[in-house]
Amino acid sequence: MEEAKVEAEFEPVILAFCCNWCSYAGADLAGTSRFEYPTNVRIIRVMCSGRIDPTFVLSAFRWGADGVLITGCHPGDCHYVQGNYMMERRFAFLKEALGHLGIEPERLRLEWISAGEGEKFAALIRDTTQKIKQMGPNPLKTM
Amino acid sequence: MSRTGRRERKRVAKPRKRAEKRLVLVPEPPQPLPRPFMPKPVVFKEGEAPKIGVFICHCGVNIGGVVNVPAVVEYAKTLPNVVYSEDNIYTCSEAGLASIKEAVKKHGLNRVIVASCTPRTHEPLFRSACQEAGLNKYLFEMANIREQCSWVHSHEPDGATEKAKDIVRMAVARATWLQPQEEPEIDIKDSSLVIGGGIAGITAALSLANQGFKIYLVEKEPELGGNLRRLHKLYPTMQDSSEILNPALKVVNTHKNIQLLTSTTVTDVKGYVGNFQVTASRNGEKIGFDIGTIIVACGALNYQPPEGLYQYDVYPNVVTQLEMDQLLNKGALGSPGRVVMIQCVGSRKGEIRAYELEAFAMSDTSRLLRKILKARKEEGWPYCSRICCMNAIKNAILIKEQSPKTDVIILYSDLRVYKEYEDIYSKARDLEVKFIKFIEEATPEITETPDKKLLVSVYDMLAGHEVKLTSDWVVLSTPLIPHKDSIILARTLKIPLSPDGFLMEAHLKLRPVDTQMDGIFVAGAATGPKDVPESIVSAKAAAARAAILMANKKMRTEAITAGVNPDLCRGCGRCEEVCEFKAIELVEIAPKTVNARVNEISCKGCGTCSVTCPTGAITMKHFTERQVNAMVEAALTGA
Repeated sequence: MEEAKVEAEFEPVILAFCCNWCSYAGADLAGTSRFEYPTNVRIIRVMCSGRIDPTFVLSAFRWGADGVLITGCHPGDCHYVQGNYMMERRFAFLKEALGHLGIEPERLRLEWISAGEGEKFAALIRDTTQKIKQMGPNPLKTM
Repeated sequence: MSRTGRRERKRVAKPRKRAEKRLVLVPEPPQPLPRPFMPKPVVFKEGEAPKIGVFICHCGVNIGGVVNVPAVVEYAKTLPNVVYSEDNIYTCSEAGLASIKEAVKKHGLNRVIVASCTPRTHEPLFRSACQEAGLNKYLFEMANIREQCSWVHSHEPDGATEKAKDIVRMAVARATWLQPQEEPEIDIKDSSLVIGGGIAGITAALSLANQGFKIYLVEKEPELGGNLRRLHKLYPTMQDSSEILNPALKVVNTHKNIQLLTSTTVTDVKGYVGNFQVTASRNGEKIGFDIGTIIVACGALNYQPPEGLYQYDVYPNVVTQLEMDQLLNKGALGSPGRVVMIQCVGSRKGEIRAYELEAFAMSDTSRLLRKILKARKEEGWPYCSRICCMNAIKNAILIKEQSPKTDVIILYSDLRVYKEYEDIYSKARDLEVKFIKFIEEATPEITETPDKKLLVSVYDMLAGHEVKLTSDWVVLSTPLIPHKDSIILARTLKIPLSPDGFLMEAHLKLRPVDTQMDGIFVAGAATGPKDVPESIVSAKAAAARAAILMANKKMRTEAITAGVNPDLCRGCGRCEEVCEFKAIELVEIAPKTVNARVNEISCKGCGTCSVTCPTGAITMKHFTERQVNAMVEAALTGA
């Protein structure tokens, strides 16, 4: 009973890496269109999802992020032609690695958001926040 | 060899020392995982630590109405390296910009942060304010607390204020590690390549040639003119196409600044903005030339319906609008009893699957292209081709004018006659051209009557019953579709394709004739169906955009590029493999020592190489590992 109460109060911190051309613009569009979403997400802008080093993600979890979201341009839309494919490959590796580190791989999410998908971005944040809330805090924080 | 050895030892020894120190001094929280190579923050002047100024914008009530801005200002003052913080009603106003410049001078700021809207719109403005204050523009950082905070959390003022503090803290962490950057300057050659000799290509070539630039006009066919050459009359003026084309051709053929290359295809383009090296094939003979800018005006293709679609190619009297135009031109139509036109044949249906184009973009085989085109023949093209309605009405009027007794009926599911073209629609109505609306899903059916006429059955949506029309001719309005050569060209030039398969502009609204490749512009129907006036407009726009570059002779490119640390590079070449822009090459810097070298001008700054580098030798300027990790760390600690 008490445990359930604690879980309900848990406010996760989610880090989102957004590429400059599509998903960061999508996040901006969510703002201009006033699509509301929870305040749990912190956005880091990079030029391309291809710039997202696996170490950024790993250090985010190590610093206690409850969830990490990677967003990029849709396949075929990458401003830098192939950066998002590079990220997709790393993503597969990262998921595997997280499992070995004792972090649920579901805490890491990769989604394609175009500059025109403000609504999708807001929905993604709402959905991710809810899922991470259900999962509880990053296990590394309680270790 | 011994030099490298010493370097190795030095590098190994140093981090170990640092790691020991770190263990003693800061046991908690742990340092981020990445490599031990962490440069000290670059100080602005010798011996000066980062001095950060934070300006927090109310944006009227846009931010201030939700976020407690004074609280964020007070919070910012407590952050490390922040020496000054203030709030502004509008930081982007004259007064706001003046206060930034004043504070830079008064407090000796060497990093500036503005927490306001998105860098995508306002960063250039604040950067130039910093430059005016004598600060390198790469020492400016923006914190987005409007689009990504106040506007999306308007019902949670407390949460939004906390988030704004976090965003500012992240920006401060990043700003601490910002470094001044020099933007490389490049020369722009004053010559241009225009690909495609249709009306768009001709217009663009003439526009630039008249301004004194040397033009190479490349056309793959033996003759200039493109689709316009095949057309007879043009809507809405019903002018002869030759009236537009011939005068232009006359000038192009003799212009001293235009080198005409017909029966020529561009096979390869190397280089970067201002300095492209073009290889072309002229009747199988290889030619090459260097130019500064490229205008792609490769046009579009009139869709040829597959055999059997509306009995096309089955009955000889089923033709396309283009073929009807040619019949009218030859006067071969006579005076038939009835002509039925069908709109949206092969357009506005089906869906181009992104992976098809994507798969094509990633491969060099034309097998895939054939597969895509075959799929399209079965399903059609999903977009509205926007010229077919006017084109059908034009032919209907021409038929009516030639033979007033002919009954002309246009079958449509949606009629899109925009701007002044409404007039030709009214004119057609006055001439008693009939319009019948059918349901998109219930397309007309065509059979042959015993007396070799065509029988069109269609459900008249407005009348609510089926009508059967005996007709002498059936004319199909087919869309303009991407040319398969233009898809191959897009691959050569690294221009992305839109979901419809046309070349994609850099921004539909703001940069309609630019492409994502600097120095390459698009004109005419290459980016989607366009009629003659629109093609001319876009061609002149593209020419003007190219002329800006060439008239300036020089330009500065973004300093967000990769840089190689020669001490760490082992010359494996993985960066060269992943670089989409051919910006990295391996060079021999000393006997038996190969190093990666970045061409800062070709480098677009995606950062893929930096992640791929196994030794951490490649740094992305302005998005360094340290800068990003500082943000990660700040986001998750210190709240």
